[in-house]
Amino acid sequence: MQHHLVLRVVAKLLFAPILLFALYVQFHGDFGPGGGFQAGLIFASALVLHGLLFDIEAARRFLPDFLLQCCAALGVLLYAGTGFASILLGGNFLDYDFLLASPVAGQHLGILLVEAGVGITVAAVMILVFRAFADHLPCMGEEDW
Amino acid sequence: MLAGVFSLLSALLLLSMDAADVAFTEAAVGAGIATILMLGAMALTERQEKPPLHRWRTRLPAAGIAMALGGLLIYAMSAAPPFGDPLAPAQSHVAPYYIAATEGEIGVPNLVTAILASYRGFDTLGEVVVIFTAGIGVALLLGTNRSADK
Repeated sequence: MQHHLVLRVVAKLLFAPILLFALYVQFHGDFGPGGGFQAGLIFASALVLHGLLFDIEAARRFLPDFLLQCCAALGVLLYAGTGFASILLGGNFLDYDFLLASPVAGQHLGILLVEAGVGITVAAVMILVFRAFADHLPCMGEEDW
Repeated sequence: MLAGVFSLLSALLLLSMDAADVAFTEAAVGAGIATILMLGAMALTERQEKPPLHRWRTRLPAAGIAMALGGLLIYAMSAAPPFGDPLAPAQSHVAPYYIAATEGEIGVPNLVTAILASYRGFDTLGEVVVIFTAGIGVALLLGTNRSADK
């Protein structure tokens, strides 16, 4: 495992900051640019970078495909569940005014939950798609690099 | 490769138009993940093109249709409002209401998030379902985990 030493070192250095930036974009989406979709993509691109340079099986032990599949469904359920919660609390579907005591606080909570759902689904689906492609590609030997 | 470079350049272009949200997406999807998936798809499929079966008889009408459609679109562009026109229909329909009401109704400084997640929450739910469905489609076509079958 000696090939692409520079790329591997740079990827190792970048991996954690990219994940951190994804979380920042996720939870700061109300105030700055970004939101769940962008955060999910940035999160997934960190794992794609990892998957390009390191062993995917190692990442898979840490983050199994089954867990990602559950996450992909969980995000959609979280989004739709927020909608149904606002119905149960007396509003229309996805009308966050009723989630908390004051409409503005309810809107804040609703947007946070909905963006979290978007981010979870987007990140999980992107990583799964990348892994599905990567599984079919032949592994390059050491001398091919 | 060129598509990736193009995506990165258009991300910079969007950033210069103050559309940081779209620039994020373009940089992450267009320049990052889509380029890698495209290269992966090229590696999975054949490198050699099959000899074309159709001759000029079928190609000429296709070229005619493509050029007519392109001409029609270019003609329609002349009726589009100029770039950044504040009186354009897209700017004067619901946008003033969103700009005026977001501060009081949602209380979120980022207008884009407020529109996407709250005012247009239904559309965003549809988008998430589309992405989920796309993930299921890829999983069905390519299989989920080959090493699990071994």
